[in-house]
Amino acid sequence: MAAITIPAAEDIVGPTPGQRLRKRIIGHRGVMIGAVILAIIVLMALLAPLLAPHDPYTQNLGNRIVPPVWTDGGSWVHPLGTDGLGRDYLSRLMYGAQISLFIGFATALISGVIGTVMGVAAGYFGGRVDLVVTFLITCRLSMPVILVSLAVVALVGSSLTVVVMVLGVLLWDRYAVVMRSATMQVRSLDYVAAASAAGCSTWRILVSEILPNVMNPLIVVATLEVAHAVLLEAALSFLGLGVQPPLPSWGLMISEGKDYLLFEAWLITIPGICLFALLLAINLLGDGVRDVTAPENRS
Amino acid sequence: MLIYTLKRLVVALLVALTISLISFGLLYLSGDPATTIAGESANQAAIEAIREQYGFNRPLYEQYFAWVGRALQGDFGTSFYFKVPVTDLIFERLPVTLGLGLSAIAFAIVLSIPLGVLAARYPNSIVDRLALTISVMGQAMPSFWFALLLIMVFSFMYPLLPSSGSETWVHFIMPTVVLGYYATPAIMRLTRTGMLEVLGADYIRTARAKGLRPRVVLFKHALRNAIIPVVSLSAVQLGFMLGGSIVVETIFALHGTGYLAWESIRRYDLPTVQAILLVFSLIYIVLTFLADLLNAWLDPRIRVG
Repeated sequence: MAAITIPAAEDIVGPTPGQRLRKRIIGHRGVMIGAVILAIIVLMALLAPLLAPHDPYTQNLGNRIVPPVWTDGGSWVHPLGTDGLGRDYLSRLMYGAQISLFIGFATALISGVIGTVMGVAAGYFGGRVDLVVTFLITCRLSMPVILVSLAVVALVGSSLTVVVMVLGVLLWDRYAVVMRSATMQVRSLDYVAAASAAGCSTWRILVSEILPNVMNPLIVVATLEVAHAVLLEAALSFLGLGVQPPLPSWGLMISEGKDYLLFEAWLITIPGICLFALLLAINLLGDGVRDVTAPENRS
Repeated sequence: MLIYTLKRLVVALLVALTISLISFGLLYLSGDPATTIAGESANQAAIEAIREQYGFNRPLYEQYFAWVGRALQGDFGTSFYFKVPVTDLIFERLPVTLGLGLSAIAFAIVLSIPLGVLAARYPNSIVDRLALTISVMGQAMPSFWFALLLIMVFSFMYPLLPSSGSETWVHFIMPTVVLGYYATPAIMRLTRTGMLEVLGADYIRTARAKGLRPRVVLFKHALRNAIIPVVSLSAVQLGFMLGGSIVVETIFALHGTGYLAWESIRRYDLPTVQAILLVFSLIYIVLTFLADLLNAWLDPRIRVG
């Protein structure tokens, strides 16, 4: 019998899967733009205590509505001016980034756990479990999120924790829908049957066979849901039933600046641009991750 | 088809039942509804009187069935704030919200379907890039901020459009744009993907080979087949717009149900809030039910499988 020479791992030329993935990520414009913007905002939030020029809560009524530095009457003391209570706008923006990011990630985590458990259970067990989960998804979709969260926040009392809990309990639907169909696809594959034949417990199959293989869509949904939560928090705060003053939420800042719409437009344009940039960055990242990890793009 | 319809109908009714339980439960979220109505400063006797008057001292299930029973007859109780029947309040305002929703979905369709079709016809062209940019921007644009920017430009800088009120159709222009823009990305993406798929099909090649004009092939042969999921998505989006109308109507002071919802929530006017939640959910349930039926009617694979 002729000896078959198997090439040693070191002899195989060409990029490894990890290197190829890295190359796809760096080559994807959306991912790079999104990552850079998000990194800037995350740094802004983390370094707020060090970088903020002033305390975000200190009022100075003698120094109200100072315009930004690039307009007449602006100065470097308050680079982005001050708000209607004389608080430094740049400092408030930086601390506001903490709130948006915290709410975004905390909500996505809570709803992610609820939605993933429901979706994976429905996809794996099928039958009655699937019927119940599908029914719950339909019920959840029938209720307008904004109406329910406004009502609940108003009745329970608005605070950061309440907003996170309410949004966390409401925004699991997309996770459940996506995880359900992803699990359905994976569960019929041979390696799941093999694990089952080898006597693995259901729990073990779910955790070490199913879950790692539905990770890609999960990451994509989680990213988009962070954006969804950030957007809803801003809308709730804007409507006066989210984060409460004096906390510097971007939605709240836009709502407070609304009264000065006519002459001090920057009071709403600046926090709005921040919010827009953050949402754009997260969405670009989410869409990009989907493109980069999609099997059909792995040429 | 009949079996499919009945199945969907049963699901729709069960969903409606669940939502009615949730709406009813809202009343008890604040703890004691009698105290909420009476206000913080009310004395014990006043709270007791309210508890008696609204029947909060009866068992929960009894209260629920009484509430649902009346709701089925179109009676949602009396608004705590306006002191008039909630049903009258809602139906007086519903036309504004439905009008806004319909014009917004029309705006979204008129903008997104042609763009989606062109983007699929000429992939990676300037039109395709433009469509992609609009959809990426649309997803990141908070509607309340977009609304304020429009007011700033079109009401203050160039006083062309009124910034608030709902008297004439002119008042609906900006709210329609804001609400419609919100639904545009999803509809455009689905149109583009659907068209891309259909344009690669054999019957399109056949149509082209027969020498039909490209426009006929694009719109009569391709779009007709690609549009089916878009129609049902539009119905679902119309339902989502009811939620969006709360934000948009509040900003533009449009006297519709969305604005009423926000006002009632701020005033703890619970019967109105409960009724609006139920009515909005029912509209959504009916819309998705119709969309499901339409899909099944157009695509036999759904009703069999």
